Amino acid sequence: MDLAFFGVQLLNGLQYGLLLFLIASGLTLIFGIMGIINLAHGAMYMIGAYLVYDLTFRLGNFWLAILVAIPIAIALGLIIERLFLDTLYKRDHLYQVLLTFGLILVLNEMQRIIWGGDVHSVPIPELFSGRIQLTDNLQYSHYRLFVMGVCLALAGVIYWVIRHTRLGIIIRAGAVNRDMVEGLGINVRTLFTLIFSVGVALTAFAGMIAAPLTSIAPGMGDSILITCFVVVVIGGIGSIKGAFWGAILIGMAETFGSVLIPSLASMVIYLIMAAVLLVKPRGLFA
Amino acid sequence: MLHRYPKRVVIIMLVLTAFVAIFPLWGPLVFGAQSDFMMEKMTLMLILALFAMSLDLLVGIVGLVSLGHALFFGLGAYTLALASPAFSPAAIWWMMPLVMLISALAALVVGFLVIRTKGIFFIMTTLAFGQMLYYFVNTSRHTGGTDGVFIMFRPSVEIGGTVLLDLDNPLTFFYVCLAMVVVGYLFLRWLTRSFYGQVLDGIHDNEHRMEALGYATSHYKLVAFVISGVMASLAGMLAAMQYGFANPAQLGWHTSGEVLMMLILGGMGTIFGPILGAFAYEILQHTFEHMTTHWPILMGITIILAVLVLPRGIAGLIIDPPNRESLAKSPLLKWLKREPTATPPEAAKPAVSTTSKEG
Repeated sequence: MDLAFFGVQLLNGLQYGLLLFLIASGLTLIFGIMGIINLAHGAMYMIGAYLVYDLTFRLGNFWLAILVAIPIAIALGLIIERLFLDTLYKRDHLYQVLLTFGLILVLNEMQRIIWGGDVHSVPIPELFSGRIQLTDNLQYSHYRLFVMGVCLALAGVIYWVIRHTRLGIIIRAGAVNRDMVEGLGINVRTLFTLIFSVGVALTAFAGMIAAPLTSIAPGMGDSILITCFVVVVIGGIGSIKGAFWGAILIGMAETFGSVLIPSLASMVIYLIMAAVLLVKPRGLFA
Repeated sequence: MLHRYPKRVVIIMLVLTAFVAIFPLWGPLVFGAQSDFMMEKMTLMLILALFAMSLDLLVGIVGLVSLGHALFFGLGAYTLALASPAFSPAAIWWMMPLVMLISALAALVVGFLVIRTKGIFFIMTTLAFGQMLYYFVNTSRHTGGTDGVFIMFRPSVEIGGTVLLDLDNPLTFFYVCLAMVVVGYLFLRWLTRSFYGQVLDGIHDNEHRMEALGYATSHYKLVAFVISGVMASLAGMLAAMQYGFANPAQLGWHTSGEVLMMLILGGMGTIFGPILGAFAYEILQHTFEHMTTHWPILMGITIILAVLVLPRGIAGLIIDPPNRESLAKSPLLKWLKREPTATPPEAAKPAVSTTSKEG
């Protein structure tokens, strides 16, 4: 493996890891603050991708499609939180697992009813359709670099909000002791709705910007959900920092795993998880 | 959990068992030409009942919510498929111990890792380990990839050349599965009422206290994990015989989710509940499949409603039949009457609680 090829794989791993971070950050926020395990998180990723596919062809513009799709995703998050999760905060995780499992079945089937079972793709927007020539026969797509930039920028925003704003203080405090936060007069109910909608929007957004890079297929949310669970377990549940480094680690491991040891590639991330569990059962950053 | 059920539970279960056992008598009258097909469905329900029961030991009795139980189900199926000789039936006398041994070893290794985690971590890690095996069999050449492995011959049950049971005969296989469910049920009832079961009960209620009393709780949990895994693998073995193949889908997390659903639909922690749950789930699915091609949406809605309305499952209805008082406290009414969205912090109090105490 020469250096340029190695470099491309490094970039691919980074890009995939950053995308994973967007999804995992929502998952870990929702769990850390609300104590809800949301299995339907992957389905929201899928819905994000399908929304952009649909709207790009309807509106004729990828960017416009994303602008329209984001409010739809947020609205969907609001509806789910208010209608179903509301009653589950007091109950055991088991019921959350089952309810969100039921939601997956409903959302997956809605996808089939609306968009059918075919595999679709979205063309890379013209603005970033170019490629960087790395060596004679190796190129790197502008769009992948753009995705990386957007993910990094969002990661920065999330970091800034959590570290340096009043909302961030409430979120961090809520992750440690919800009752106390409420006792101090903060409306936790509203906070929950906000967190859930933002978490769902982040995932759906990840699906939207990933749409031109992946094939949009039924069940695409299920596999990414499991990968994100691994990320969250490795990083430590509720920790944004953990989600970030976990995502980068898993992104790299999957990318290099499929290049170096293709026969074991699908198992690599689970082996890493098992190793982390052996050493630090609560995750690296918890 | 309950150690003594009301008498009506015993009566209902005995009547239902007898009802299932005499299916060959009433099946042809009710289903006519479809009777053979229905008996195969019934056999599958019995197998799933065994699977759901095995999970009840973990979820209902010990309080460990596993979302990776299909791992053992699939392991049983694949062990049978891969260890069977290509051109002759395997002898059940070594096949069954082999399935149990392999699943016990797998449960020991996985259990050792996942028992270290609690609550939500346990859910996520069991899920991840289940998926690990799923992706392995999906991509490996030796396991037939996404196609799975076909099983040409069901194992033989014979001593010195005399055939005791012909598992290829659907009727015989039906009764073998029924017997497995009955034996499995009696075993779990005995286990939960034994001293060991009472320690598990204690762990469910308060693990810290049990630890303080000097019980090595993680050992107890690990043993429960292994027993549960072995039972699930036997169910998987039977399922592979029934289908005639082992398939990655048997290992997937949708299978784990479905069996969890059977558990909750039937009523967890009761052992007999999951049996009812498996039957109810399969009958519902069968009905929905005939109504629309988009049956998963109906299944999903049923699951959501069951979680909201029937948290103790069918068993809960049998143990404590609903009366005026309990109906007033029903989750559905609470859900319908829940507070308006813009609640002041005081009123929102019940919406927040600590999730940390669930282990």
